[in-house]
Amino acid sequence: MATAPQAEAERAPETPGEPVIIFEDVSIGFDGKPVLSHISFTVSRGETRLLLGPAGGGKSVLLKLTNGLLLPDSGRITVFGEVVNDLPQKRLFELRRRIGMVFQEGALFDSLTVRDNVAYQLVEEHVPEEEATKRVIEALRFVELEQTLDKFPSELSGGMRRRVAIARAIVSRPDLILYDSPTGGLDPITSTLIIELVMKQRDVYHTTSVVVTHRLQDAFVLASHTFDREQNQMVPIPEGQTDSRTSFLVLNEGRLIFDGSTEDLVHSDDPFLKEYLT
Amino acid sequence: MPIDSLDNILKKGVTAVQNYAVLAGQALTNLFRRPLYLADMITQADSIGIGSLPIVILTGFFTGGVLALQSNSSLSQFGATAITGQLVSLSMVKELGPVLTSLMVSGRNASGMASELGSMMVTEQIDAMRALGTDPVKKLVTPRLFATVFTLFFLTIISDAVGTLGGAFVAVGLLRLSGSQYFHSAYQVLQFADVVQGLVKPVVFGFIIATIGCFYGMNTRGGTQGVGRSTTQAVVVSSVLIIAVDFVISQFMIGVFGR
Repeated sequence: MATAPQAEAERAPETPGEPVIIFEDVSIGFDGKPVLSHISFTVSRGETRLLLGPAGGGKSVLLKLTNGLLLPDSGRITVFGEVVNDLPQKRLFELRRRIGMVFQEGALFDSLTVRDNVAYQLVEEHVPEEEATKRVIEALRFVELEQTLDKFPSELSGGMRRRVAIARAIVSRPDLILYDSPTGGLDPITSTLIIELVMKQRDVYHTTSVVVTHRLQDAFVLASHTFDREQNQMVPIPEGQTDSRTSFLVLNEGRLIFDGSTEDLVHSDDPFLKEYLT
Repeated sequence: MPIDSLDNILKKGVTAVQNYAVLAGQALTNLFRRPLYLADMITQADSIGIGSLPIVILTGFFTGGVLALQSNSSLSQFGATAITGQLVSLSMVKELGPVLTSLMVSGRNASGMASELGSMMVTEQIDAMRALGTDPVKKLVTPRLFATVFTLFFLTIISDAVGTLGGAFVAVGLLRLSGSQYFHSAYQVLQFADVVQGLVKPVVFGFIIATIGCFYGMNTRGGTQGVGRSTTQAVVVSSVLIIAVDFVISQFMIGVFGR
């Protein structure tokens, strides 16, 4: 793993504990069918929330609601102190520039090279070319893909595409990152590599994040490991302990059935959770 | 598959018209708002305008030729073959030039827009663009709208000219009519009202092609099958609209100019 630049590592959270995302009684449905019902939770600055649940339970919808790609039927969503459902389009686009998002299949622009994909937001923000190139290479080095600059997404493997998507999400140094099943459909080795990148972003840059996954293994690796900058790899947290800034949300049939720490999840008496975790 | 009730079908229809109006309105107003994606506009103008030039020239040439052939066979019964040029140029400038060029451009580009944006839609690239803080209507729809309207205007002029030349080729080469008489009558018959009518149409048709193509693309659902469906619908709807709106514009122009 490449070492993160010192300047970036010093971007510590300004006000730890301050809420970044607040969901208040949020519901949404499509074609008359409810997808999410009365969802309420909070994500604080510097925190990582792992969103678990069976496929089709509304996890991706919840992420899209967070950055205003979808609007709720009822309830209130506040991100960085701004009520997303009341924001005019222009302000919504400005808000989204503070949020990085990694889509389920990467969603890279297939007609642009890796360089142009990663630089996309910087070009839109009129960042000088020299600075943009420097940041693109830095972001690609973070995901260990700086050699793929001139390749097109179709020339990359699934795992590499997902890593480029992570580079695109972090290049603008966002204050919040939303990961939508970053390991979905990948082999175990590549999944571990992606989870290590998510962990590195959490532990080196302290970026607030929401990670959607239906792979329990990935979620528990994130909760029970930390990224060691000296060894430049993830290492397990001593037995019996978990990462204090990482906690869980569990969705089932559109309802939030769990919101709490790793210990609470593991020791939950809820029959669904017990069955789900086994 | 369950069959929708009548009220659901009507609701969907009204919602689609409403969404189309919103998209078309946004695309138009974005022309006057920054950022203006000039590079994208030029790229699209090249792809739509220069790319459509061969089919527009071929269509125009053969349409003019067949017009000369058909009108000559009728006019010869009255000994009026001298006005073949008039018939060809009037038909080309007022009707066939704008309509056939638009139909050709629609077949080539409304489908292209619907499939391109549709593919981006089903692979979440449009969502990614929005998530990266870019308005996809401004970045993708407005440049296509500008490029289609701008290039269709000039493509129609080229089609009119090539059509008249095609008519001349048939009239002089096959029917042994006088070339100078053909061009003289073709030029003399055209009045200001005819030219205005012929040049207003491509502007409206260009708007229809781009907005319909982009609308179906941006509303694509259901994977690759959905992309195919959007592409077909975009071509069918834009072609039918072009012909229907042509009737309305012609009626209006005749009312205003009296010819």
